[in-house]
Amino acid sequence: MNPLLLVTFFPLVGVIVIMLMKPESKDAIRWVALATSLATFGISLWLLALFNPADPNLQWVYDLPWASSGAGGLQIRLSMGVDGMSLLLVLLTTLLTPISILSAWASVQDRVKTFMLFFLLLEVGMVGVFLATDLVLFFLFWEFTLVPMYFLIGIWGGERRIYAALKFFVFTMAGSVLMLLAILYMGLQAGTFYLPELIANRGAFSGAALWLFLAFAAAFAIKVPMWPFHTWLPDAHVEAPTAGSVILAGVLLKMGTYGFLRFNLPLFPEISLQAAPWIAGLAVIGILYGAFVSYSQRDMKKLVAYSSVSHLGFVMLGIFAMNEQGISGAVLQMVNHGLSTGALFLIVGMLYDRRHTRDMAAFGGVWKVMPLLGALMLIVTLSSMGLPGLNGFVGEFTILLGAFGSSVIGSPWLAGLATVGVILAAVYLLELFERVFLGAQRNPETAGMRDINLREGLLLLPLLVLIFWIGLYPKPFFDLINPSVEQLVALIQTTAVAIR
Amino acid sequence: MTLQDLIVVLPTVLLSVWAVVLLVVDLWIPAGRKGMTALLAAIGAAASLGVNLMLIGMDYPDTGFGGMAVLDGFSIFANILILGSALLGIAVAYDYNRRTGIERGEYYVLLLLSSAGMMLIVQAYNLIVVFLALELLSIPLYILSGFARPQPKSEESALKYFLLGAFASAFFLYGAALVYGGSQHLDFPGILAAFQGAGGPSLALMVVGAGLILVSLGFKVSAVPFHMWTPDVYHGAPSPVTAWMSVAVKVAGIGVLLRVFIVAFPTIAADMQPVLWGVAALTMVVGNLLAVVQSNIKRLLAYSSIAHVGYLLMAFVPYGNGEVVGSAVTASLFYLLAYGLTSFAAWGVVIAAEQSEGRGLELEDYAGLGRKYPWLGVAMMVAMFSFAGIPLTLGFWGKFYVFQVAIQGGAVGLAVIGILASLLSAYYYLRVLVMMYMRPGEPAARRESWLGLVTIGSAVAVVLLALIPGSIIDLASQALLRLP
Repeated sequence: MNPLLLVTFFPLVGVIVIMLMKPESKDAIRWVALATSLATFGISLWLLALFNPADPNLQWVYDLPWASSGAGGLQIRLSMGVDGMSLLLVLLTTLLTPISILSAWASVQDRVKTFMLFFLLLEVGMVGVFLATDLVLFFLFWEFTLVPMYFLIGIWGGERRIYAALKFFVFTMAGSVLMLLAILYMGLQAGTFYLPELIANRGAFSGAALWLFLAFAAAFAIKVPMWPFHTWLPDAHVEAPTAGSVILAGVLLKMGTYGFLRFNLPLFPEISLQAAPWIAGLAVIGILYGAFVSYSQRDMKKLVAYSSVSHLGFVMLGIFAMNEQGISGAVLQMVNHGLSTGALFLIVGMLYDRRHTRDMAAFGGVWKVMPLLGALMLIVTLSSMGLPGLNGFVGEFTILLGAFGSSVIGSPWLAGLATVGVILAAVYLLELFERVFLGAQRNPETAGMRDINLREGLLLLPLLVLIFWIGLYPKPFFDLINPSVEQLVALIQTTAVAIR
Repeated sequence: MTLQDLIVVLPTVLLSVWAVVLLVVDLWIPAGRKGMTALLAAIGAAASLGVNLMLIGMDYPDTGFGGMAVLDGFSIFANILILGSALLGIAVAYDYNRRTGIERGEYYVLLLLSSAGMMLIVQAYNLIVVFLALELLSIPLYILSGFARPQPKSEESALKYFLLGAFASAFFLYGAALVYGGSQHLDFPGILAAFQGAGGPSLALMVVGAGLILVSLGFKVSAVPFHMWTPDVYHGAPSPVTAWMSVAVKVAGIGVLLRVFIVAFPTIAADMQPVLWGVAALTMVVGNLLAVVQSNIKRLLAYSSIAHVGYLLMAFVPYGNGEVVGSAVTASLFYLLAYGLTSFAAWGVVIAAEQSEGRGLELEDYAGLGRKYPWLGVAMMVAMFSFAGIPLTLGFWGKFYVFQVAIQGGAVGLAVIGILASLLSAYYYLRVLVMMYMRPGEPAARRESWLGLVTIGSAVAVVLLALIPGSIIDLASQALLRLP
C-alpha cells in the first residue's frame, strides 16, 4: 500500500473502532484515539526515514483516476505526493494530534466519543490537505476540515462558542468557495486538475490569472489569517477547547500559508511577483497590528491568538520575499509557530483547568506554586519571541534576511518594520509571563494551584525537545526543505527574467 | 394503438392502471388497516420501476403515438427518480398518516396518479401532452396539500396552490397557443423544424410563447419570482406530502423544462438566455436570503428548495450552446439525484420530530435532538452539509458539476453569484445543526422503522455515493436526451 494513502487514511481505523464502542467507556475510547494518532505519527516518521531529501520532486506519487468530471473527459484523480515542505507539515500535524488528544484527557468529559471521532476525522483532512496534488482532491480535504473543527469549537467550546464556530465556518468557507470556482475554471481551461500538469500548462489560463490568483489568495489569506481577514481568529481561538486551539494554531493556519506556497506561487508566478510588495505590506501590517493588539489583551488566550496574527505575518513576509532564504525560513517558521504557539495554548489550558479563568489579573506569582510549569513557560515564551538558541530565532532571522535582500519586495524598509515586530513580541510575551508567573500572588486561590502532573509534562516534552533542536541545530530541517524550495525559486526566477 | 406505442409509455400506463384499480380495491380494505393500501401502492410503484429498469437494456422504440410521447435515456433516468421518490414518499407517509389521523386510502392512489403525470410529462414530445400531464400531476397535488383537513393551514395551502396553479396552467396554454400561432406546430420536432423553414416563424410570437411556458413551468418548480406559494404550501401540507413533492415535482418540472427548451427552442436560446440568467440568479439569491430568517423548519426547507432550483436553472442557462448542453443535462440529473436523496434524509427527520397538530416544527424544538437521537441527528447533519455543498456528501458533487457547467457555458458571473449565495446557505443550514448539537433541550421524536429506514438510508446513500461520483455521472451522461 502506498505510504501516503496509509498515513492519510490510517486514523479512519481508529474512527471505525471508536464508532463500535459504547459511549460510556470513555477511557477506552481515549486510549484508542491516542493509540491511533500515535501510530499515524509512527507512520509519518517511517515516511521520513524513507524519504530522499536530495530529490526536489514529489515522491511516492500516488495517482489513480477517481471520477470523470463529466465535461470533456476531464479527470478527477486520487493523486498524492510529498516533498520536503509537505512532509515537514505532515509530521507537525501527526505530532500535534496525539498531543492534543492527550491534552483533552481530563478536560473533555462530555461526549468523549464524538470528540475523539471528530478529532481523528480532522487529522485525515489535515494530512490530506498537505499531500493532495489534485486540486479537486485538495479542495475536498480543505473544505472537509471545517466540519470537525466546527463541531469541536461549537460543542466543547467556551461561552460564546456557537457564535465563534459559525463565524469560523462561514469566514473560511467564504474564501474557499471562490477557490472552488477558480479550480473549476482552471481545470476546464487546462484540461486537468493535476497540479504538476496545471503548472506546466499554466499558459492556458494566464488570461484570467489575476482573478484566479485573487480567488486562491482569498481562501488562503482568510485561513492564515492575514490582516485584515483575521477577525474570525480571536473568537475561534478563545472559544475553542485547548485541544482545538492547539490544532487550529498549529496546523489549520499553516494550511493557508502552505496553500500560498504550493498553489499561488507556482501556478501564478507572474501575478505573485507583482503582488509581492502588496502582500508583504499586508504581512508587515499584520505583524505590527497583531503585536499591538496582543499587548492590550487581558485574556491570556486572546493574547496568544493575536500573537499568531503577528507570527504568521512573518511567514507571509518570508513567502513573498520569494527568494530561497525567505521561503525556507517561512517553512521552518510554520513549524516553529506550531510548536511554540501549540505549547503556549497548552500551558494556558493547564492554567485554565486549575482556575477556570484566563484573565491575567487573576494570576500572579504562579511560579512559586508551579515552578516546573514556570520554567517550561519561560522557555516557550523565549522561543516564541525569538531568542537566539531557540527555534523562533532561526526562523525569524532567516525570514528577515530573505526580506532584506528580496528584489521582489523592492524595499528593505518593510523588513525593517518587521524587525520592530520582534521587539514588540518580546514586550507582550514577557508582559504575559510577568503578570502570570512573577510578582505577588494577587489572588488567594493561586496558593492552592498544584504543579503539572506527568501527563501534562509529557504533553510539553516533545515540543520542548524540538524547540531546542531546531534552535541549536536546524540543519537537518533546512536540508529537508531546501531542495523543493530551490526548485520553486528557480521557477520564480525564470519567470522574473522572462518578465524583464 | 400499437404495441410500440404501449411500450413507449409502459411504466406510466402500468402505474396509472394500478392506481385506478387500487382506488376500487381500497373500498374493501377496512379503515384501520390502510397499511395494506400503502403496501399495494408501493408494489405498484416498484413494478413500474422494474419495467422502467428493464427498458434500459432493451432496444425500445423511440417515439410512440405518432410522435406525441418519447422514450429515451433521459426519461428513463427521470422516471427512476420519480418512482424512487414515490416509493420513499409512501414509506415516510404510512406511519405519519396513522398517528395524525389522516389515514385514508386515497392518499396513496393520488400519489401514484400524480407520479404517473410526472412520468408522462418527462416523456411528452408535444405541448398538448405536456399540458395534459401537467394537469394530471397537479390536481392530485392540490388534493394532497389539503389532505390534513379540517386543519386550516392545510386547507389554506390547498386553496392557494390550486388557485395559483390554475393560473400557471393558463400561462402554459397561452404560451402554447402563441407557439402554435408562430410555428403551426405543437410537437417539438415540428416547432424546431419551423425555424429552419423558409422565412421562419414570427420570432416575437415564439419568444413570448416560450417565455410564457417558462413562467408556467417556473411556477411548478418554484423559481423566483414565481415562488410565492412555495413556503405556504410546503408549510401547510402534511409533512410527508411536502417531502415527496419537494423532490418529485422538481424532477418532473426540471425534466420537462430541459426537454422543451433543448428540443424545441434551441434557436431562440440567445433571446432566452438573459431571462434564464436573471431567473437563476434571483432564485438562488432570494431563496437563500429568505431562508436565513425562517424559524420554522418546514419553511426553512421550502426556501432552501427554492434555492436549489436556482442551482439547477444555473446549469440550464447555457442550454443553447451545443458543446455544453450534454453536460448541462448530465449535471442537472446528477443534481436532482443528490437533492432528492438529501431532501428525503432531511424531511425524514422533520417528519419524525413533528408532533400532533403541527407542533415540534420550530427550530427551537430541535434543541438537543442530535444528542438524544444520534441516528436522526447524523442523518440531519449529513443532509444539512449536503444541502450546503460541503465535501464528502453528494450535494457537494451536485454543486461541483452544475458550477462546472455554468463556467463551461461562459456564465462565470452567474457562478460567482451562485457560490456566494451558497455561502449564505451554509449559515442557515448550520443553524439547524447548532440547535441539534449545541443547545440543550428535551426533544421528542418518533421512532418508526419505515421512516427510520428512509431517513438513515438516504443519509448513508448521500455519503457513500459521494465516494463514487464518477460512476453516477457516467450513468447520468448515458441518459441522453433524444434530439430530432
